[in-house]
Amino acid sequence: MSDDPKRTPLNQWHRDHGAKMVDFGGWDMPIQFEGILAEHKAVRQRAGLFDVSHMGEVRIRGDDALAFIQHLTTNDAGGLELGQAQYTLMTNHAGGVIDDLLVYRLAETDYLLVINAATTPKDVAWIEEQAEDFGGLLEVRDESDEWAQLALQGPDAETILSRIVALDLASIGYYRAAFTDIDGVQALVSRTGYTGEDGFEVYLPPSQAADFADTILDAGANEGVVPVGLGARDTLRLEAGMLLYGNDMDESRSPVEANLRWLTKPGKGEFIGKDAIVAQIEAGTAERLVGFELIDRGVPRHGYELYGADEQAIGEVTSGSFSPTLQKGIGLGYVPAEHTEVGGLLKVDIRGRKLEVRVVKTPFYRRPQPS
Amino acid sequence: MADYPEDYKYTKEHEWISVDGNEGTIGITDHAQAELGDVVYIELPAVGDQLQAGQPFGTIESVKAVSELYAPVSGEVTAIHEELIDQLELFNEDPHGAAWMVRVRMADSSEIEALMSSGDYVSFLESAEGGH
Repeated sequence: MSDDPKRTPLNQWHRDHGAKMVDFGGWDMPIQFEGILAEHKAVRQRAGLFDVSHMGEVRIRGDDALAFIQHLTTNDAGGLELGQAQYTLMTNHAGGVIDDLLVYRLAETDYLLVINAATTPKDVAWIEEQAEDFGGLLEVRDESDEWAQLALQGPDAETILSRIVALDLASIGYYRAAFTDIDGVQALVSRTGYTGEDGFEVYLPPSQAADFADTILDAGANEGVVPVGLGARDTLRLEAGMLLYGNDMDESRSPVEANLRWLTKPGKGEFIGKDAIVAQIEAGTAERLVGFELIDRGVPRHGYELYGADEQAIGEVTSGSFSPTLQKGIGLGYVPAEHTEVGGLLKVDIRGRKLEVRVVKTPFYRRPQPS
Repeated sequence: MADYPEDYKYTKEHEWISVDGNEGTIGITDHAQAELGDVVYIELPAVGDQLQAGQPFGTIESVKAVSELYAPVSGEVTAIHEELIDQLELFNEDPHGAAWMVRVRMADSSEIEALMSSGDYVSFLESAEGGH
């Protein structure tokens, strides 16, 4: 790609806060500030602030907005209340995953889709094409440049955010959102995230983003809130068993193979990819995504080969990392169905050495529940 | 720029060696640890193994990357810093001191002459960074 990387409204803010920057899917993003382990720990124990403004946003409005979203996505958006969010997928006609996304119902006939950064151009083209075929009373608008997005994640996130927004955050449940006023502009505050911790994602106009980031750091100074880069975002989401689009799923994989069958609701009626997905649900798939942990010391990484106990090559690691919380190597990968049993032993080739791994249930990490 | 001890020698692969008689102590540079980030795993040779100058002798792994360790000089490994394996934060805290990795009995002390002085290494880092 010869194009200059895109920049979020916090680009200079990151540099001012000592970030090490990298190219991520065409975006110039912070990989780390103080260090991945320290940032990871801050989110698990206190709170961390993430810039996720690179994510795309598509607004869908009109009397037929819901019917179109039901057609476009695999989950059932029919029961969404005002301010409620839903994790869902867009699939192609063969049932392959085009993207994973959030759908917010903002008003009666007004929905916001939040999509991955690297897939935004592809997704927007797909959605517009489907909308044209669908017809009806419908407006599709790419608002990706109109929203900055900050995520405040960790056990202290609610305490910190409560000091600076007028909302009663305790009244916002998981996967619920509400509009509030931040410095005279409308912002959407949502109890969602990609870390496995409690926390919020705040959508606001790009012009307010840097000031709001400063406000959060000031408000959480006592709790020790820190800025967090994409490095810790990846280790946090992997521990929480959350998939990364482009690594753990793509258009060649179906929700059934990716263990995301719970996001498909064939009972709701027609949607793109339904026939292929239903056939897979009924017949099963040859391969499925599994989580595994290293028994020996070692770190599995994206692209490393997986082997069965009999040394037969059976698949590849799609995501792998050292888990800072569990202090061992963990990973995800697609393997034949007969190798997916929890507790089963496989091997991963780490630069020429085949080390044993155990298939485990995901998430690898679950946060302690408040008593 | 970090402090690079003047009595050490340095490689383009970002190792340092401190020489005492015919014994050399080897570690990674401050630049290397800063590039790697938090170190989570290392793989070192065993006492008695033979190192070849310029050849890999182990690996070092951080949360985000893995990289090979290259021998600055040839020789036999006389000591391994075993305690380091459980104190990997030393790489990030004291790369030029407490985070030494191995000691070798050098086979050919003239190999040292081919390595960079601290001044040369600092210039090398500046030119490499300028080139990016």
